[in-house]
Amino acid sequence: MINLGQDEMAKYPFLADSGQYLKDKGFSLEQFGTDPDLKIIVDKAYDRIQVAANGQIYKSELINDSVSDAAALPREVFSFLLAVILLKLSGMNTLVRRFALAEARRAEKFLEKDLANISDKRKEDLAIKLIEDLFSVKVSKQEDNFVISVSDYVQHSVNFHEREWKLVNRRVENGFVFLSPHETVRLIRKELGNYISSKILSTKTPEMFQGFQEPVRKLTNLAKKFSSGTVVSTEYPPCIKHGIDVLEKGENLPHSGRFMLATFLLSRGQSVEQIAPLFKNAPDFNEKVTLYQLNHLAGTSGSGTKYSCPSCEKLKSQNLCFAIPECDNIINPLQFGKKKTVNA
Amino acid sequence: MHENDIKLLEESFKKYYFDHFDLIHVPEKPSMREFGYQKFNSGMTRHLSIKDDKELRLLIMQNTPSDIYCSNGYYSFPNLPMAEKDWQEADLIFDIDAKDLNLPCRVNHTFRKCSSCNKIFQNDSVCPHCNSSKYESKSLPCLDCIEGAKNEVKKLSRILIDDLGIDKESIHVYFSGNEGFHVYVYETQFQKLGSRERNELVDYIKFRGAIPETFGMKRFNPSRSVFSSLDDKGWRGRASKEIFGSKSKRSKIITEIMNNGYQSFANQLEQISPKIGANIDPNVTMDIHRIFRLPGSLNSKSGLTKIYCENLDKFNPYNDACFIDDSDAQIIGNLPSTLRLKNKKFGPYNDESVTVPKFVAVYMICKGLASVA
Repeated sequence: MINLGQDEMAKYPFLADSGQYLKDKGFSLEQFGTDPDLKIIVDKAYDRIQVAANGQIYKSELINDSVSDAAALPREVFSFLLAVILLKLSGMNTLVRRFALAEARRAEKFLEKDLANISDKRKEDLAIKLIEDLFSVKVSKQEDNFVISVSDYVQHSVNFHEREWKLVNRRVENGFVFLSPHETVRLIRKELGNYISSKILSTKTPEMFQGFQEPVRKLTNLAKKFSSGTVVSTEYPPCIKHGIDVLEKGENLPHSGRFMLATFLLSRGQSVEQIAPLFKNAPDFNEKVTLYQLNHLAGTSGSGTKYSCPSCEKLKSQNLCFAIPECDNIINPLQFGKKKTVNA
Repeated sequence: MHENDIKLLEESFKKYYFDHFDLIHVPEKPSMREFGYQKFNSGMTRHLSIKDDKELRLLIMQNTPSDIYCSNGYYSFPNLPMAEKDWQEADLIFDIDAKDLNLPCRVNHTFRKCSSCNKIFQNDSVCPHCNSSKYESKSLPCLDCIEGAKNEVKKLSRILIDDLGIDKESIHVYFSGNEGFHVYVYETQFQKLGSRERNELVDYIKFRGAIPETFGMKRFNPSRSVFSSLDDKGWRGRASKEIFGSKSKRSKIITEIMNNGYQSFANQLEQISPKIGANIDPNVTMDIHRIFRLPGSLNSKSGLTKIYCENLDKFNPYNDACFIDDSDAQIIGNLPSTLRLKNKKFGPYNDESVTVPKFVAVYMICKGLASVA
């Protein structure tokens, strides 16, 4: 693992071994939970979660990327570590996800600055090493750009749905993709969030001290804000409607289209017997074959694997997507018409 | 297919394999691959494990398969069911098929075979003999089709070498045995990529999903656009060549683009995609569990061999992939136009009994345009 300096610890506190860090600084968890003088740091930890829960990034006390005074550094790290403790004690996983993402975005800013830092090569090297160690992405520098291999790039970029991230919209040369520091860091945001949240989830839930009770209770209330309900409509998405239309007209729907239709309807709870008649107008209809294939997809015959409905992205590349505004950036046809409502 | 037809095909295929064992080999790391085969008029047998050429030959001699397949995927346990195979990696494979190119010559050599009365007809939407609307399409690709497919292979190779950094030596081109080419890419950074990631490569190669910003056009501040130039590498350069034509026309065309607006340029990018992108079949490249026709084996849709193309420019499948022997065979031919094999012209045949070399008989029977007399 990387050797972190004073500043780096405050920028990337999730890299710290929390128990060890407290011990090294001569503190125990009990002190934070009982000593009134340390309450200010527990409050800071609560703030850090609250800011994250509201979708904002926690403003650190770091000035120009270094700590303003000697006491600020431990405060930065402590408030992170205590935030994790409070989250564990509250058991609210919706808050963990939000906190991890916000912390990832906070670290992202530092990482980006470090990458772009031409005056301090050590900072650039550390940022590159951090990306390589945590996410196995090898970054190197070519002129003013950061380059990563095409295979590393696509493994991360497939998680984005914005078109600008598609490989075709990137500068690609000789097996490498050229990125700015901002893009390099943005590419791993999700993984950074996942890394932080898995680190929190694998932390053991600590003992409850009196000083933690109030903030934990407040967290439980805070979490209630984010429980969501779903409204389901029974309307079919345009791709499914198109497939059904083609079949009803007796025209040929390619294999991929039939696969989409069958897996979609199976997931919506229709039975093989209900779906089979849909294919009877197909030019090559054979009832026995259709039933066999539907049962195979449903997982009732063959290997028992239940096949799921292809993603919008896959349907797009098969020319089966006929997106309309109501699709609203869903990533799978099954999400069509399921509107998320957040209870304020 | 009739019993007599199958008998002739099986005999001819068996003789081919006996005479040309030198053409058919197991690929690299055979024990990690899944093999499969089909027999005439029968289903697929797959999830087989074959460890060397000797075992492969034994399987061929014992079963006389119509088609033989091998996975691009490498598995720990290739002969277990799919979910238990433990996928490790897969070669990157591209399929280019003349039938996807929508060439104008296509209508001249595509025939319809009525599913009810087996009569052959060409342009009618229902069978002129029995009025049935169900038919199978049969195509005898012409040399224009093959040239069209070769052109796509060349576009693909350029992108693989210049953009994706693949060594020329790692790219192997095979004639598929019917209407196109299979391009294999071995041992690259892409071996371990899953299906979604390979789909990104597909969109790149086909030039799909490109946005105006990539070529320098700004959506919200169009006057500050800086367009890409013809000398740029990758798609920026290739698309510029297509859009601007030449350096001298560039500034004039940029003015036109700016006048027409963002959406119009976006549409233009979409329109040029089939022309400048390589026309590969996306489903094939995305599939990391597929089994592919084994190089050196016969294609039962034509009786031609899937064969390595050493010199793509000179390659002519009707000479270079036709290995069935030339002994006489008597068939009832049903061929509305002519065909050319081994530099000889055959047909047309109007439901008539003719004696032809066996390679012609096999080709026509495989295409459904003849049966044993």
